[in-house]
Amino acid sequence: MANAAIKKARPKYLSLAALLFEIRLPLAGWVSILHRVSGALLFLATVWLLFLLDRSLASESGFESVRSYASNPLVKVALLVLIWSYCHHFCAGIRFLFLDIHKGIDKETSRLTSIVVIVAGLALAALFGARLL
Amino acid sequence: MRRVVVGAHYGLRDWLAQRVTAVIMAVYSVVLVFIVLSEAPLRYDAWRDLFAKGWMRVATLLFGVSLAWHMWVGVRDIVMDYVKPDGLRLAIQVLTLLTIAAYLGWIVQILWR
Repeated sequence: MANAAIKKARPKYLSLAALLFEIRLPLAGWVSILHRVSGALLFLATVWLLFLLDRSLASESGFESVRSYASNPLVKVALLVLIWSYCHHFCAGIRFLFLDIHKGIDKETSRLTSIVVIVAGLALAALFGARLL
Repeated sequence: MRRVVVGAHYGLRDWLAQRVTAVIMAVYSVVLVFIVLSEAPLRYDAWRDLFAKGWMRVATLLFGVSLAWHMWVGVRDIVMDYVKPDGLRLAIQVLTLLTIAAYLGWIVQILWR
């Protein structure tokens, strides 16, 4: 404390560069921000998903048109992103429910479950993507 | 009646609703995934018949209501964190509510066309 030479510059303001390159978000932080991002994406995409559900249930020709629409590569990528969003949001949400009841809040377990959530979200998205698209 | 903004209960209902609706949607999702994957490749007849069943319509409506409430709490949390000007925040929140109401109305329309 007495040594002024090692005293860091305070206050420290967060810049975008600092957020991107200087501060390394812990894994639990990544799970959390991705939970938020995926949730926002799903909220915004619901209009599109409801449109697809509406068309697919309306008639046989509507169902086929959704199927051929979903074979477009750009649509496939968009659907895959949304499938991942749902899977990650699902897995991260379950982790948060356990944190709510004070399960897995110590550092090691929290880190481990963060890895599990990120990997499970990606793996489930790959599985459902391969089966459905 | 005297109201204290930082008092107990404020926010608890939303916090709890977000978790209860999450569990409802999680159960529905798992069931739907099993049904769809066991039918694969999915044909129109099976898809239509699934959503023609009474229990499926009610379950899907329950999912829709849960989704609406869950979305409202989630989007409101995001807006409260990142949008600071009061007018803009209010405008986005009203727009969000209208969007969610429209989503829910559309779900009902899809289920009982």
